[in-house]
Amino acid sequence: MPEYQNIFTAVQVRSPAYPGVPLGAGERDRLGKPGFSYWLGKIGDAQIGPIYLGVTGVFSLIFGFIAIEIIGLNMWASVDWDPIQFVRQLFWLALEPPAPQYGLSIPPLAEGGWWLMAGFFLTTSIILWWVRTYRRAIALGTGTHLAWAFAAAIWLYLVLGLIRPVLMGSWSEAVPFGIFPHLDWTAAFSIRYGNLFYNPFHMLSIVFLYGAALLFAMHGATILAVSRYGGDREIDQVVDRGTAAERAALFWRWTMGFNATMESIHRWAYWFAVLTVITGGIGILLTGTVVDNWFLWGQKHGLVPVYPVEGVAAPDPATLPGGM
Amino acid sequence: MKIQRIPVPRTLSVLACGLAVLVVSGCEKPPMETVQRGYRGVGQEQIVNPRLLADRLAANVVPAAQPPAAPVPILAGQTYPELKVLGGLTLTEFNRQMAAISKWVAPPEQGCAYCHNLENMASYEKYTKTVALSMLRMTQDTNAQWKDHVGDTGVTCWTCHRGKAVPTYVWTSEPFDDQPGGMVPTGQNRASALVAYSSLPRDPLTAFLDRTDNAISVISPYALPTGEPGRKGTKHAEWTYGLMMHLSDALGVNCTHCHNSRAFYSWEPTRVKAWYAIRHVRKINRDHIWPLTAVLPAYRKGPLGDPQRVACSTCHQGVYKPLFGAPMLKDYPALAGPIAAPAAAVPAAVAPPAPAAPQMVPPLPPPLESIPPPPLLPPPGAAGTGGGEPKLTEAGNEAGAVL
Repeated sequence: MPEYQNIFTAVQVRSPAYPGVPLGAGERDRLGKPGFSYWLGKIGDAQIGPIYLGVTGVFSLIFGFIAIEIIGLNMWASVDWDPIQFVRQLFWLALEPPAPQYGLSIPPLAEGGWWLMAGFFLTTSIILWWVRTYRRAIALGTGTHLAWAFAAAIWLYLVLGLIRPVLMGSWSEAVPFGIFPHLDWTAAFSIRYGNLFYNPFHMLSIVFLYGAALLFAMHGATILAVSRYGGDREIDQVVDRGTAAERAALFWRWTMGFNATMESIHRWAYWFAVLTVITGGIGILLTGTVVDNWFLWGQKHGLVPVYPVEGVAAPDPATLPGGM
Repeated sequence: MKIQRIPVPRTLSVLACGLAVLVVSGCEKPPMETVQRGYRGVGQEQIVNPRLLADRLAANVVPAAQPPAAPVPILAGQTYPELKVLGGLTLTEFNRQMAAISKWVAPPEQGCAYCHNLENMASYEKYTKTVALSMLRMTQDTNAQWKDHVGDTGVTCWTCHRGKAVPTYVWTSEPFDDQPGGMVPTGQNRASALVAYSSLPRDPLTAFLDRTDNAISVISPYALPTGEPGRKGTKHAEWTYGLMMHLSDALGVNCTHCHNSRAFYSWEPTRVKAWYAIRHVRKINRDHIWPLTAVLPAYRKGPLGDPQRVACSTCHQGVYKPLFGAPMLKDYPALAGPIAAPAAAVPAAVAPPAPAAPQMVPPLPPPLESIPPPPLLPPPGAAGTGGGEPKLTEAGNEAGAVL
């Protein structure tokens, strides 16, 4: 049935604009007059707004704006305020953390001080946004799963930019702000610490990352496949026979003998996603602080075979007589 | 309630096909050929595109050897007592070598006159002759003392020059003065061909090929931190990475040509060769090129007044062995090593007052650890001071840009 093969929502449901469930006493109201967007309706709900920003939301946006501003203006300054070069080189430009000799001290603004300041504002913005997700969940009477999943991502962010550099005793070990620069940093980081692929927590993080993608594909495909029977209603069909929910379950029981349930599949997805960044954060935290060369660590613990050296034995030439 | 059904637009699949074509158009056409270069299973291999190889082979042809010289009992130094380097050759071999150098290096319309005053061949009035002398010594040193790098294949003038007065790939230091006052340049995060269009530090050549005290190895040889001082961090690794991008580009190879990419720290035979090569290049620049600073005209210098220097690409020119290892040196014994002066000592009075090659040591920038922008070279005192506008006459002399 070709209508299931496109990536857009095939059916747009339009009802009168709905402000959302009533809020408890003392809660501020949601702001804005709801409207509809045909094009956004193709990928989600066509209704836009109302929104609740609140104090934390407003301050999060302000702090986030300041952080982006500091990063952007530093990048622009690094091309001598040339607007054309700013656009051309945007992917290469960066705001770098302080140089190694500054350790954990506060350097002059132009030598990494701006990086510290941008990091402070960005972190504050993110934490405020986290508070907002937590408080909005409580206000809606839902669980706080989303806030904790976000917290897991913040954990990885803080390990990379704050906790590990502090443990290493140098801001210079942190990630630069920049598109290619942070990617090149990642490659250099992995090579410097003897290949991150031999870091067991990096391995776990990859397992959970790819696993999360696989689970997402399996679940998304399953629900879309049974949506002709109302499968997108998921949970409320669980107790009945012959429903989309049962067909979805049967498909997996037939193909692999075991199936998640409509409820547990979401736990699978949640934990895979959350563990990606939790294990990733642990892996980064151990790198350089506890382990200096992951390949050698892997050999030490039987994770990596010790390859025979073929032909010429090659010692470090710097250690040879006459080596420079 | 309004329900809309939206059919799949047929143009979407056409669009997707077009996008796919656009995405792969930047790729080289498979299949590739893979050559194993290390122990099986460690992925040390060189990947070659046979369709591009033909072009490279054509671009790395060695000129036919000069016909052999008739043996004569007269040494060149006896006829031309002012000779400093090649005096120990027979007269005919000396003339043969000079003819070869003229073909390899000098612009054809100038020939001998590119370096010599034809009225007085012994004169050093042309700076090119002083340079040529230094280059001859460099070639002899290379072939005699750096077999760890050049093996028995050796090098000749042609290895780098390829018929041009200045080799296509030479470099000078980046000024890093293109940032406004308040900002301290980091030496990186700008699109640069030298580091394969990454955001890595874009002048690793000054940091590692001029300076000899910046460590290139950054990976710990121990599994756990040892607490040793002078431990290198991630930022230092980025500088090394930048240099390695140049090596990879210059030799037309992947990382796996020299490295077991699972364990970059481990010493493989090809990596040992590269280690010697880097020391060799440093020595060339320090001993044979920096001392020429005062005689070189401004248009042979960079914006900081530093001479155009040698990097990996100067000889390799995109090939893992220059000229695919063509054994050219065997036809030119004069270049194989320093030649003993003729027995008849050169009378001191005859020796021309050659402008003593100024023994200039490169003014070094501070070490990598202490600064964010390492390679700042103050212009060398004398001739080239403030030579801000280098006039580039030779194709490919855009030093930094080409490399």
